[in-house]
Amino acid sequence: MHFSFNYSLLLQTLPNAIIDTLIMTVSSAILAVIIGLPIAVVLYSTARGSLMPNVIINRCLSAIVDAVRAIPFIILAFYLLPVTRSVVGSGTGIKSVIFILTISAIPFYARMAEMSFRNIDEGLIEAIRAMGASRFQIICNVIIPESLASLVTGVTVMVIAIISATSLAGYLGGGGLGDMAIRFGYQRYIPEVMTMVIIVLVALNIAVQWCGDRMANKLNHSNR
Amino acid sequence: MADPAIPIYQLKNVSRRFLQTTAVDGLSLDIKSGEILGIIGRSGAGKSTLIRCLNGLEQIDSGELYFEGTNVSHLAETQWAPYRQRIGMIFQHFNLLSSKRILENIALPLKLAGVAKEIRRQRALDLIELVGLSGKERHYPAELSGGQKQRVGIARALAASPKVLLSDEATSALDPETTQSILELLADINKRLNITIVLITHEMEVVQAIADRVVVLNKGKIVEEGEVKDIFASPQDDTTIAMLRLVTPQLPTAIVKQLKPQGDEAVIELNIAGQEARQPFLSQLEHDIGLVPRILHGGIETIQGEPVGRFFLALDSHDKPRLDKAVAWLTQKGRYCEVLGFVNNDSSQ
Repeated sequence: MHFSFNYSLLLQTLPNAIIDTLIMTVSSAILAVIIGLPIAVVLYSTARGSLMPNVIINRCLSAIVDAVRAIPFIILAFYLLPVTRSVVGSGTGIKSVIFILTISAIPFYARMAEMSFRNIDEGLIEAIRAMGASRFQIICNVIIPESLASLVTGVTVMVIAIISATSLAGYLGGGGLGDMAIRFGYQRYIPEVMTMVIIVLVALNIAVQWCGDRMANKLNHSNR
Repeated sequence: MADPAIPIYQLKNVSRRFLQTTAVDGLSLDIKSGEILGIIGRSGAGKSTLIRCLNGLEQIDSGELYFEGTNVSHLAETQWAPYRQRIGMIFQHFNLLSSKRILENIALPLKLAGVAKEIRRQRALDLIELVGLSGKERHYPAELSGGQKQRVGIARALAASPKVLLSDEATSALDPETTQSILELLADINKRLNITIVLITHEMEVVQAIADRVVVLNKGKIVEEGEVKDIFASPQDDTTIAMLRLVTPQLPTAIVKQLKPQGDEAVIELNIAGQEARQPFLSQLEHDIGLVPRILHGGIETIQGEPVGRFFLALDSHDKPRLDKAVAWLTQKGRYCEVLGFVNNDSSQ
């Protein structure tokens, strides 16, 4: 019957869809942090009144970061199609989706991380300068360790945003939960599939949020 | 405990400007090695800027600054590092790394200087004991009280065995009792390790408690300077007098209200210090002049081991020549003497 047909279809496609989503999310998240964090450090240090002020670098980098951030994910995907093709070899498929997701997430995370750095008490920076620290030492010994809890929270926010963006991955042939929801649930008019996917997505988000909060709490020693 | 050799700091006509305001204005000062120097002034007087010029956290715009005989007036940030390792600093809000344990916080200056892990760990443990925090090595700053955090700050500032300790309002955020124990610790460090201490504060009590010399700042300039006991005994400048008002005896307002240009008794303000203050001068006044002084208010404090006294006395004024002789006698014995006014017998306390 209609219902049992859905059930076996679900069992076949759902696990793969979840795995695809996870692969896309985790890969692009890791890459976005690896690339975005150094960018954030540069943005923070070259700001006026900061460790090594440099108007030119700061303005140029800010312009690039803000420009990419402004472009909605799906438009960015289409716009960068030729670039994706040359870098990844194909305009569709899971690798190209990871590529686009990463590009989109980098400026997002860079700005969040920069904000985490900015929230560090000026007095701490003064204190470590007074000890004769070099600028590199200031970054490694104060800026990064003191903002760790906040950086983790930033990753949590970014991961949830990426999961949401992966639902558009369907259009790019990347697979995943969103693709499943759209193809089976929307295009083939099987609402149970859509409901199932939504439940999984919500559970995934809750799990990510919970993990992120726990880790941030463990890293945060500034409360008794 | 001042060593008469080269001053550890020499400031010659130092100025620091911000946009429209001049925070430090052509200031010249020598800081003697081994002394505890208090720099006092109201908010905005330039004290924070001045102390930050001493370790390069603030650049000086003009003038010359010498540290241990070396001209450090125009050093770039990176060139300050070797000097900063000889200068420790403690702050009003402690500025400890919340993500690191106490032991790591204290060892940080040594870590930055490249000292090996085991050596700096041992040094940090020694310092924890010095400041009285044994047992707290593995705690985080958030688990400590304000006074304990400042002790950690002091231990950290001492880690690289500096020659100078700069204190930026280090006790301003602490309650009076904790302030007292921190000041005692600083005085102890100064004596035992012969470390020069420069402390800036807006509280005269701090200066009174441990400083050898005091410099009074107003609008970026030095308005008064000298040994603490002298400044307390006979302040000259209005700013100094105003700041001392809170910590020295003042004539009770009830009596101030009753002061008249003429009356039965003269109300006299007397500042007396040193050898004269050790004498029973009230009895001597009675013996020499024949007038019996009544104490209205006041007392003697011990500052730097010397008695510093401030009294408000009432003397019978019916015999004018005798009163004049008494005032002259007191003026000669004390640092300062003034007839403030007269009160009538029935109204004074």
